[in-house]
Amino acid sequence: MSAVVRIAATTLQEIRIARRNRWAILATLLLTAFSLSLALFAAGQSGQVKADTLTLTAASLATLSVYLIPLIALLISYDAFSGEMERGTLALALATPLTRSELCLAKFLAQIAVVGGAILVGYGVAALAVALPARGATAAGLAAWMRLTATSLLLGAVFVSLGIFISALARRTGTSAALAVGLWLLLVVLYDIALLGALVAGGDGLFATRIFPWLVLANPADAFRLFNLVLLDSAPVAGLDGLARNLPVPPTAVLAILIGWLLAAVAGGIAAARRLKP
Amino acid sequence: MTAMLETRALTVRYGRHTAITGVDLAVVNGERLALLGHNGAGKSTLFKAVLGFITPASGTISIAGHAPGDRGARCAVSYLPENVAFHGALTGREILRHFARLRGERATVADPLLEKVGLAHAAERAVGTWSKGMRQRLGLAQALIGAPQLLLLDEPTSGLDPVSRRDFYALVDEVAARGAAVVLSSHGLEEVQNRTDRVAILSNGRLVADGALAALAAEAALQAQIRVTARQGEADALQGRIGGRRCNGIAVEVSCPVPDKFELVRRLASDEAVRDIDVRLPTLDDVYRHFSERGRTEE
Repeated sequence: MSAVVRIAATTLQEIRIARRNRWAILATLLLTAFSLSLALFAAGQSGQVKADTLTLTAASLATLSVYLIPLIALLISYDAFSGEMERGTLALALATPLTRSELCLAKFLAQIAVVGGAILVGYGVAALAVALPARGATAAGLAAWMRLTATSLLLGAVFVSLGIFISALARRTGTSAALAVGLWLLLVVLYDIALLGALVAGGDGLFATRIFPWLVLANPADAFRLFNLVLLDSAPVAGLDGLARNLPVPPTAVLAILIGWLLAAVAGGIAAARRLKP
Repeated sequence: MTAMLETRALTVRYGRHTAITGVDLAVVNGERLALLGHNGAGKSTLFKAVLGFITPASGTISIAGHAPGDRGARCAVSYLPENVAFHGALTGREILRHFARLRGERATVADPLLEKVGLAHAAERAVGTWSKGMRQRLGLAQALIGAPQLLLLDEPTSGLDPVSRRDFYALVDEVAARGAAVVLSSHGLEEVQNRTDRVAILSNGRLVADGALAALAAEAALQAQIRVTARQGEADALQGRIGGRRCNGIAVEVSCPVPDKFELVRRLASDEAVRDIDVRLPTLDDVYRHFSERGRTEE
């Protein structure tokens, strides 16, 4: 029971800090601005394609969120522990009955709340902007929107926990910032480029048909995007996302990949936090 | 009485560097112990080992019968780190209420504590705007939450002005009177004189003295230094008569056990060649230096 009190108190304190630091408002504004502009762009196109505006917006948002949400999540979480180590505030907290696992969990919950709040507000505003005018929303469009929101929260959670893991591993903010940038570049940008290169080099052999789809799905960012696109028949897809048309597994299994990443990163974060010497 | 804190043959290493070597220390309820030592003597390391932040290479630590870092020990111990830091964006009240919750107390204990350490007026302001002394007092308030059985205060009075320092020791007395054991580290004996029951001196990671201050001073048996200034041109003759060490062209310094100093002064005063006499009794700093250097030469 007292563990719940400690976790709840620390979570609220961390959210308070995120709000004071303007992180919460900044993340929300950023996501709102981007999703609104994509929604308005899709609204302009809706006459030319058969899909409804909400579905179109969901498709383009899925592609954008892959870059933006990991970035925001890592920016918020990269100094969760390393910052406290440097400031010297960690020793004080860990001298109380608060355990490292509890602290790790509380930081995770608080940062999920901040990233999640930004996603809900940002996507919500965009959805309203599209749905309020006549013939903007259909049942299929709403379903796509809900899927996008839910998986975006999951993607945010994966990268928040990865950021916390990094922050506990690095112990210095400079190092953890570098690691966070590196991780973002690797998973979000370089990974796809490297795979495409390998695909071009490998031709239509065993690699393209058997190994390549699994390698794409192993990346949480790609798994997120493919899950959302595979369920949007009417949305136009290109490039790596062509894979969405012939996934080797059912779409729900893709979710298991994201959850697997989440659990592994949280476990890694707790293990790294246990080894910190404040 | 059982010891609140007891270390036996405690040795702590950072990689190859040995920070603490074979320290045996016990503090009982209601006792105030001053832990002294130069920078890097191992004071902070000892605290961190007691808190369970560092695992000792060998030896044992017991906090009211618990191992460092376990639940019982965490509930019993309060800690004020050297250079205490808080998140600057939070107010004093928010920080203190948070620590109260972490210690299983009601958040309402925060305001009376802020009052007690003289910070009630600043409770609503972000700690980032506070002075170092104010943050130090907030750190102390945080350590007083609940009823800690063992208070670990790492250089608690650094950054405090003399008035705050006196108030601080009054609070320490209050906690000790309630039955808690207090261990506080400091740089000098002068400061902890009459304010702690016992003094332990660490030097290069070894415990070189442990006892009441008066007993340590007697054990050191330091000598009084008497500086004798001679009349013009008589310094050599004077040194021939009284011995001692030549300081410069006209002064000679002699030393003698403290109880014998008056006889020596009387003898010197009647010497025609003497122009002035300056007596310097051993200070607490000399006592401290005596033990501290003894630890270094044993190295």
